[in-house]
Amino acid sequence: MASFERTFCLQVPSSTENLALIREFVSAIGEQAGFSENETIKLALAVDEACTNVIEHAYQNEASHEVTVRVTVDEEEVAFEVIDRGRGFDPTQEPALPVEELIRRRRSGGLGLRLIRAIMDDVQYRIVPGQMNELRMVKKRRPAGGVRPESGGSQ
Amino acid sequence: MTRSFQIETRNDGNVRVLSLKGYLDAHTAPRFEAAVEEELRGGRHRLVADCSELDYISSAGLGVFMTFIDEARAAGGDIKLAAIQPKVYQIFDVLGFPALFDIQPTVQDAVARFGSGAQEG
Repeated sequence: MASFERTFCLQVPSSTENLALIREFVSAIGEQAGFSENETIKLALAVDEACTNVIEHAYQNEASHEVTVRVTVDEEEVAFEVIDRGRGFDPTQEPALPVEELIRRRRSGGLGLRLIRAIMDDVQYRIVPGQMNELRMVKKRRPAGGVRPESGGSQ
Repeated sequence: MTRSFQIETRNDGNVRVLSLKGYLDAHTAPRFEAAVEEELRGGRHRLVADCSELDYISSAGLGVFMTFIDEARAAGGDIKLAAIQPKVYQIFDVLGFPALFDIQPTVQDAVARFGSGAQEG
């Protein structure tokens, strides 16, 4: 369907120090794809959360690995794929506890995924055993033929 | 390249104000966590986070507020948030923080919400 498709790829060492770089990469693409500033920040946040999960869980904070962020933009949507080769960790299997419950349990582990789910239109996780793990997050660009409504309406 | 995060701490009457500047993510949140913990361990439970220069927060930073809020309140204090920029407020809003935390438009408002009681400890 899509008449054009562009792919951008960033590969960085698996350290939280690189989260700022990852956010700048995502923000630049978000702006180019026509998202508002507020929407762009949320897209960068979702990818930040996915990469943080990879660094802390799949790679257990070992900086000697790599995290890949691949972004594909077509006319209808932007797909963000976060790829690692660490211990398979499917964040979509984590229970989505209410924030009040997370506070009661004094833990914040489920927050990242709550943000990802709230921000993105579709979230899927795929494990290719022995090869890679991939979290794919999709954000629709705009209603077909229409102008993107200003600011953050999609919940 | 890496954008930094800074915390400055000061007293405003009997309230401790923590000014957060820059980007609060999984890389920088441990410093924020240590700063809040130091206040609470020192018996200072009336805290205001001045977010006027906070440009970004991810779940790692939000988690610090969540970790310590009950402890501060149980000791008769609170962790109030103030002067959050709209682009950052929307992140708090996604998670429903405004219903759980006392968020004020200015630091002055947040400090005033503590009333005039003496800081314990």
